[in-house]
Amino acid sequence: MKHTLSPQRYLILLAVSLSASVGDTLLKRGMGQVGTVDMQHLGLLWHALFNPWVMAGIVLLIGFFASYMTALSWADLTFVMPATALGYVVIALLSHFWLHEHLSLYRWGGILLIVCAVGFVANGPSRTEHPSTQHELDMMDSGMGR
Amino acid sequence: MHLAAMPATALRSWSCILFVAALAIAGECLIAAAMRSLGDLDRLRTGSGLAGYAGPIRAVLASPLFLIGALCMALNFFAMLFTLSIVELSLAAPATASLTYIGNAVAAKLFLHENVDQRRWLAALFVCAGVFLLSK
Repeated sequence: MKHTLSPQRYLILLAVSLSASVGDTLLKRGMGQVGTVDMQHLGLLWHALFNPWVMAGIVLLIGFFASYMTALSWADLTFVMPATALGYVVIALLSHFWLHEHLSLYRWGGILLIVCAVGFVANGPSRTEHPSTQHELDMMDSGMGR
Repeated sequence: MHLAAMPATALRSWSCILFVAALAIAGECLIAAAMRSLGDLDRLRTGSGLAGYAGPIRAVLASPLFLIGALCMALNFFAMLFTLSIVELSLAAPATASLTYIGNAVAAKLFLHENVDQRRWLAALFVCAGVFLLSK
């Protein structure tokens, strides 16, 4: 039995891919402005929450969390994981074509490997079929097979 | 930064990275288990439009598995902030990501009983190798 995903579900997987990596980059930028946090200055972490870059990063990460949980409600954890990895590819490609950074051969190799990984998993079933949920999945399938 | 070459600093960096990855694996597995038990969120919608999301949001927030998982993810977030202030992003991000991918695949197999077939193992390994190459 094949579980095809609707376009709406692919959009959610796309949001999962993009929001986490862009959010992390914004956090890094914000933390660069906040400065080094060590055991003696843990209070800086609270201060960091009010940095605009950190705030923007948090907003994106909340968006990531919402789309990630939605995806997990209809797909396996090991199916959604490679989608998050695609974010690294997006960042690398953005930095190459938009920021005109040089991408070494290693990095192109890395991009290729991650894209292959996403291809492997996306071709397989999105959900492990347990006997107890079999009926439910049958109903989902018939609903989507329009 | 000549300090980065010192073993004590490297040890501290890697313990931070391991801690961040462990929290992420625990959080993601707990949340995946919670979402799996809730099922497709669209079926929980209480109506059309934004107000319809109240149903799924209430169901998610009432799940104890989700709450413990979210706590792990919150701790993961602050541990990551702390780690980013002492470890370069180009090491911290790929290292935590790779460890989290492999750890998640193992944990999904052991605890969530997901069917982690050959292509998913291969994908986890490819992602780790790819993330490693991207960081070079």
